[in-house]
Amino acid sequence: MSYSEKLIDHYQHPKNVGTLDKSKTNVGTGLVGAPECGDVMRLQIEVDEATGLISDAKFKTFGCGSAIASSSLATEWLKGKTVDQALAIDNMDIVEELNLPPVKIHCSVLAEDAIKAAINDYRVKNGMPELELEGKKH
Amino acid sequence: MELKLPIYLDNNATTPMDPRVLEAMLPYFTEKFGNAASRSHAFGWAAEEAVDYAREQVAKLINADPKEIIFTSGATEGDNLAIKGVFEMYASKGNHIITCVTEHKAVLDTCKHIEKQGGEVTYLPVQENGLVDLAELEKAITSKTILIAIMYGNNEVGVIQPVREISAIARKHGVLFFTDATQAVGKIPVDVLADGIDLMTFSGHKMYGPKGVGALYVRRKNPRVKVTAQMDGGGHERGMRSGTLNVPGIVGLGKACEICMNEMEEEGKRLSILRDKLQNGLMALEEAYVNGSIEHRLPHVANISFKYVEGEGLMMGFNKNIALSSGSACTSASLEPSYVLKALGLGDDLAHSSLRFGLGRFTTEEQIDYTIKAVSETVIKLREMSPLWEMFKEGIDLNAIEWAHH
Repeated sequence: MSYSEKLIDHYQHPKNVGTLDKSKTNVGTGLVGAPECGDVMRLQIEVDEATGLISDAKFKTFGCGSAIASSSLATEWLKGKTVDQALAIDNMDIVEELNLPPVKIHCSVLAEDAIKAAINDYRVKNGMPELELEGKKH
Repeated sequence: MELKLPIYLDNNATTPMDPRVLEAMLPYFTEKFGNAASRSHAFGWAAEEAVDYAREQVAKLINADPKEIIFTSGATEGDNLAIKGVFEMYASKGNHIITCVTEHKAVLDTCKHIEKQGGEVTYLPVQENGLVDLAELEKAITSKTILIAIMYGNNEVGVIQPVREISAIARKHGVLFFTDATQAVGKIPVDVLADGIDLMTFSGHKMYGPKGVGALYVRRKNPRVKVTAQMDGGGHERGMRSGTLNVPGIVGLGKACEICMNEMEEEGKRLSILRDKLQNGLMALEEAYVNGSIEHRLPHVANISFKYVEGEGLMMGFNKNIALSSGSACTSASLEPSYVLKALGLGDDLAHSSLRFGLGRFTTEEQIDYTIKAVSETVIKLREMSPLWEMFKEGIDLNAIEWAHH
């Protein structure tokens, strides 16, 4: 299988690897996937309460190159967006940007799930109702 | 000498052909093109002579009689011919076959076919070290059992089954014993007489010979074993395998066997030293585990899991420079990790984290040194970005987490 240059670059030089302080109320954490399935993503957002913008995003991923690249790309896209804008990120945008092959589409779905899980965690922490998320097929 | 990249460490999948084998084969594509079944002219005689010589070379390697060698297209055909052929030939004696869960798909899927034909198959589990439990094997034998099909050496973990003990049990109960020895022949001494083997398949391209050719050993004495042909035609190979003989391929297989015969002992020693160096180098990493028995193992194989990193992601870190395979099957539609590793009791997480190293005749120490370094660096780098590694380091029990299975 051959991968796109963008994907390989994200794998080799992942952006925003790390951990945010999950005890802070303005940090939302999403942990999705399972070790048995071969991929686990943890994606975190930090929201600037004054502006409402996502000021920082970090990830750690256990998975194949496509999963690592998908989460790296997601964190890049999240920074500077409002939470509502972040919710609009669709897995197919990731598929397109990284030119993921069909067998790797589930990696992009997982990244979208991770974004939404992080946003939900942030919402719940800040007294907002949890969003009902339509489950996509992995 | 400068290290040439990429490095090939996937010799369980296929081996490069030895140049000496190619040299032996070449005349049989062009000037010596005859059909070995043409009895009426010199072209045919030359081909037949070459096939006879190759049959001797093959037989000698496994201590068989040349008449007991049936040339095939490869190990898969031999698996099919042995299992289906025995099932049909011995139908009046019974319909039960015993095999084991870590067999190659060519055996497992053939057994599934047998079940559809009304046969009964017992799939024995293996122990954590990958070996079958001999007591379980003996218990599984019934009055209907006609065949035990257990592989010699495993393709994924390299574990060598207790072939002599298995054949003794088979003999005691009057059951035939078939072994898929594709990974073992040419790598370790295989002796069909001393090992008590009744049928055995193996392949040219796993022993530095050509692809598309293999052999099935079928015992002729004590007992005389017969298989029903699975292909109808001109009655070649004592009626067991019709089809014009692949003369250049057979010549290549013969030569490959001869080279293995002469060089196996030294080569096995050299490879096991290199394999151990590789294994020890990689086991210096934290949370690395060797899969399968270390004691009963082919000299050129090591299967190692690096916990908290995923195998395919790991390979991407160096697969431009090192060719390997992983027990993680992220690319397959099922997303299921290796059934062999799971049969050894590995959790899916460890199975996803495994790499299979298969060394070969052309593997050098420089390549092993490079591999240790490249794999170690990638494992460390990926662990730095693995949430599971972070949790492990924080002392969090990963099994206590409720994962969202998808």
